[in-house]
Amino acid sequence: MTQRSSWFNITSLGLGFAFLYLPILILVIYSFNASKLVTVWGGFSTKWYAELWQNQQLLDAAWVTFRIALVSASLAAVLGTVAALVLARFGRFTGRTLFSGMIYAPLVMPEVILGLSLLLLFVAVGQERGFWTIAIAHTSFSMCYVAVVVQARLAGSDRSLEEAAQDLGCPPFKTFFVITLPQILPGILAGWMLAFTLSLDDLVIASFTTGPGATTLPMKIYSQVRLGVTPQINAISTILIGLVTLGVIIASLLAKRQRLAQTKRG
Amino acid sequence: MAKKPLGPVRRTFSPWEEPSNQPFIEFQSVTKTFGDHIAVDNLSLKIYKREFHALLGGSGCGKTTMMRMLAGFEQPTSGCILLEGEDITRVPPHKRPVNMMFQSYALFPHMSVWDNIAFGLKQEAFSKREISARVAEMLRLVKLEPFARRKPHQLSGGQRQRVALARSLAKRPKVLLLDEPLAALDKKLREETQIELMNLQEELRMTFLIVTHDQEEAMNLADRISVMDAGHILQVATPGEIYEQPSSRYVADFIGDINFFECTVKGMNASVATLDSAELGTTLQVEVGEKPQLGSSVTLAVRPEKLRISFEKPEGENQNILQGEVWDIAYMGDVSIYHIKVSQDHTIRTIVTNTTRLVERPITWEDKVWLAFDYDAGVLLTA
Repeated sequence: MTQRSSWFNITSLGLGFAFLYLPILILVIYSFNASKLVTVWGGFSTKWYAELWQNQQLLDAAWVTFRIALVSASLAAVLGTVAALVLARFGRFTGRTLFSGMIYAPLVMPEVILGLSLLLLFVAVGQERGFWTIAIAHTSFSMCYVAVVVQARLAGSDRSLEEAAQDLGCPPFKTFFVITLPQILPGILAGWMLAFTLSLDDLVIASFTTGPGATTLPMKIYSQVRLGVTPQINAISTILIGLVTLGVIIASLLAKRQRLAQTKRG
Repeated sequence: MAKKPLGPVRRTFSPWEEPSNQPFIEFQSVTKTFGDHIAVDNLSLKIYKREFHALLGGSGCGKTTMMRMLAGFEQPTSGCILLEGEDITRVPPHKRPVNMMFQSYALFPHMSVWDNIAFGLKQEAFSKREISARVAEMLRLVKLEPFARRKPHQLSGGQRQRVALARSLAKRPKVLLLDEPLAALDKKLREETQIELMNLQEELRMTFLIVTHDQEEAMNLADRISVMDAGHILQVATPGEIYEQPSSRYVADFIGDINFFECTVKGMNASVATLDSAELGTTLQVEVGEKPQLGSSVTLAVRPEKLRISFEKPEGENQNILQGEVWDIAYMGDVSIYHIKVSQDHTIRTIVTNTTRLVERPITWEDKVWLAFDYDAGVLLTA
């Protein structure tokens, strides 16, 4: 990166970032608009943020979303880690390629199809839809993200550490908890953060699998926008953006720290 | 196999020569395959108590697989492994009384030096006081007392290597396995550590099994060496026997430097065989133990340091004499390696110790010289 940046580089970078972030920037700016009209700037104000605290419906939706994200991220972290362990540690068992393909499929599967198939499943087994069905649906698509992150961590970690522990008399099950887990913990946390933010902002799958009494924040926002965009929506969206950004930053910092730890060891 | 006896050898430790001795570790026709690849092929080996044994070979020869089977990380496809007469083939690694020092050291990065060394002891029913005492003893043994609280990444390569050694010795295993333990160290440190390892083995009176591709390391450390290639053991013998009495061309070539002469057996006279060398256009004499088949093709192998080089034609009995021209000289400091062209397409390497400080060697390029080696300097190889 010692090469001096030319005007071409700067322009293309600027255009690229503008394309990605200008809409979001406008949304954030208008969340501080004093005017009630979304498209007219009426001066700086934080009153919409204050008003949010009075909107019980939005707060309820936010609380539901938070709880779903917490539950699904935790479930995804456990299941994703187990899947990654199987893929990275059990050698070339029959059907390994199929299994790994099936784990990663939800990464590229259209959300509509995922949502619809989950809905059909819940109807078929006669499961009443609500909080838990959304949580399960979110777990099923976010666990593959955890699996990817943890598998990368496992691939980079030294297999002989586990062998050394067993060689010194530590049974395999205990070895996982005292040796393997501390090694891959940053990866699991990063995966958890990723799953958490994915669940936080999912609209499509949640809409398919929701039931009465379980309205998530993205669903609430979407339904309100259909009646017209209010500055309140801008404000809650800004908070959501902040949360998601924070989550992604923490996840990538964790990933970076584990990379550093690896290079230090090597 | 044409063998002639080596000169008198004084040995203080040679349990393998006593047939009534029970082996401490025994591989009984062990085979290990990975898919289509045969890593270890129907191999048997006996290692005795307190022996320092080396498995020596190039990469992919199966030496690491042998060690991993003894540690329990791999299961033999067939055959069995005995330790003190007990079949341990199906015993999982954490229940085997052997400990291994890994090539990568495999120190637990989230634990201090002290915790690393204590790890194995904590898996057993040792009291806190016993563990502390044992760890302190190990730290003293490897001279790392001031570093007990450090994490592995705060140590140098040599220090990490010593932690790994201390950790694998802490449980006082029946066998210590060393997987290329010194590969990551620089030459000086490696030589120092080799001496430390030998002293440790003598002090602790334990059985050591080392896997290495470094022939000098194996020669220096081991009581006996198993030379391996492609899943087979080619020769099991003391370093001296391996060097002076290699059983095959591969072993002779793998250990040290050597000259080969392709010959056919022309005649036998008492214990001296006369060989006809087409490429040299002359006959050579060699002392043999077993008589080779007349007319069979054999290889005469002579180590470079067994050849004498001179300007005048050497006098005396019982030596082969060749004439040639100095083709190339490799100056190594302590010695010079001369490449002598003795025929159109055959050069012979010989080593001359540089006993004087003259930079200009008296024998130099394109000099006509004589080479001589005694009848008992060469080894006749049929394999």
